Amino acid sequence: MADFVSGFWNAYVMVLVSLSIAFCVFILMSNMGEGKGARKGEKVELHGHIWDETLAEYNNPLPQWWKYLYWITVFFAIFYMAAYPGFGNVKGFLGWSSAGQYDGEMTKAEATYAPIFKKYAEMDLAAVAADPEAKAMGRRLFLTYCAQCHGGDARGAKGFPNLADNDWLYGGEPDVIKTTILGGRQGMMPPMGGALGGDGTEDVANYVRSLSGLAHDSLRAGRGKELFEQNCAACHGADAKGTHAVGAPNLTDETWLYGSSKATIIETITKGRSNRMPAFEAFLGNDKAHLLAAYVYGLSDKTAAK
Amino acid sequence: MAQSKHDFIERSVGWMIVLTLLVISIGGLVEIVPLFFQKSTTTPTNEIVKPYDPVRLVGRDVYIREGCYNCHSQMIRPFRAETERYGHYSVAGEFVYDHPFQWGSKRTGPDLARVGGRYSDEWHRIHLNNPRDVVPESNMPAFPWLERPASVSDIEDKMRALNKVGLHKYSDEEIAGAKAALEGKTEMDAVIAYLQGMGLALQNVQ
Repeated sequence: MADFVSGFWNAYVMVLVSLSIAFCVFILMSNMGEGKGARKGEKVELHGHIWDETLAEYNNPLPQWWKYLYWITVFFAIFYMAAYPGFGNVKGFLGWSSAGQYDGEMTKAEATYAPIFKKYAEMDLAAVAADPEAKAMGRRLFLTYCAQCHGGDARGAKGFPNLADNDWLYGGEPDVIKTTILGGRQGMMPPMGGALGGDGTEDVANYVRSLSGLAHDSLRAGRGKELFEQNCAACHGADAKGTHAVGAPNLTDETWLYGSSKATIIETITKGRSNRMPAFEAFLGNDKAHLLAAYVYGLSDKTAAK
Repeated sequence: MAQSKHDFIERSVGWMIVLTLLVISIGGLVEIVPLFFQKSTTTPTNEIVKPYDPVRLVGRDVYIREGCYNCHSQMIRPFRAETERYGHYSVAGEFVYDHPFQWGSKRTGPDLARVGGRYSDEWHRIHLNNPRDVVPESNMPAFPWLERPASVSDIEDKMRALNKVGLHKYSDEEIAGAKAALEGKTEMDAVIAYLQGMGLALQNVQ
């Protein structure tokens, strides 16, 4: 793209390129006339410098075939400057540009793939999830765009939710999954260490562990219950089963985003947690997100008890 | 015969040097010099492209120090195979504040030109500490030593130097506030801030 700050630079490029080509032509022209090297019987012209008493160098002209190769480069340069952008602001008669080539490639791909994506984009997410071809496409998309955090098997890691189980922070309905992919999520548990104090934190941690039947100190858990209702129930609910609207996890099941050890729970309560799922709307667009949402929806076994 | 023409050049070293320099400089004069006077290479793509703030600047220097460019490029080429994976292809105007640019040419790891916002900060933290924790098949080395305070002593000089070489126009207040901005930041924080700011100027779907 030649969008120079002034016309001078167009002229600058054109003049230098023209002079270079003209100079090559001049050199070639001034050498073409020279015949071949010395023929048999003729006196051989020497370079004039003698090494080691008798060692001298022939002063033969350049071979003709080699000079013709040079002519080819000159003609190529002229053709190139006429056909492609490069000669100042001349766009070239082929009209080629790297952005244009890319657009062409994208248009071609669009013609091939858009109908496939469109077909699924118009289908209900649950129906897409049941389609084997859509599932294969969704899997490939998932491995490209999602596996870095959620893992190739979608089973997540510490801090990155397992998508293959039936437990959901924001809800597992197909539309909600799609909303999550398009808009991302910002998970935020405020640090409660200050409000609860060291002892209170330990009490609440014991209570939280008691909810899912893990080993706990029942005295502390009893005290923790009250603190939980005062400090935690707003998000996690009085029954601690979580709230999808704010992404507060269910604390009574066996799914743990960060781990269920007492130390981890105390860390979570004390420091809080901040977790972010990036938004993918601008990167992937609606159609890919639709296939991905269906794929993720299809991963979990709906028949399993929640 | 040709002798008279080339003989003169070959026998006088001074002329040989002058003419050789002249010939080989033409390429640079035609292909490189005009780039400094081309709007697409010297003006920011849009208002999202800004000079690095002090934290990102330090992060960028850590990126360079650790040799990230040896395995990661920062240049998405205009091919569908690249834009599908990484996002909109890179354009020159995105790099006007990069001194030196980190385009690179080797991809042992993925291109990072649009890594900003693609992962959470926490993901980067885990990944830099030990990439295998989040990507089991990764062969990227771990960088656990980044959890140490970022160097602040030379940040003001760095910003002043950039004011001299680039389009940067850090104000005196910005330079004076740089040390405060880095207060309590680790090198890890700085690198993550740098990574999260990368390539936000252009998106696949506008």
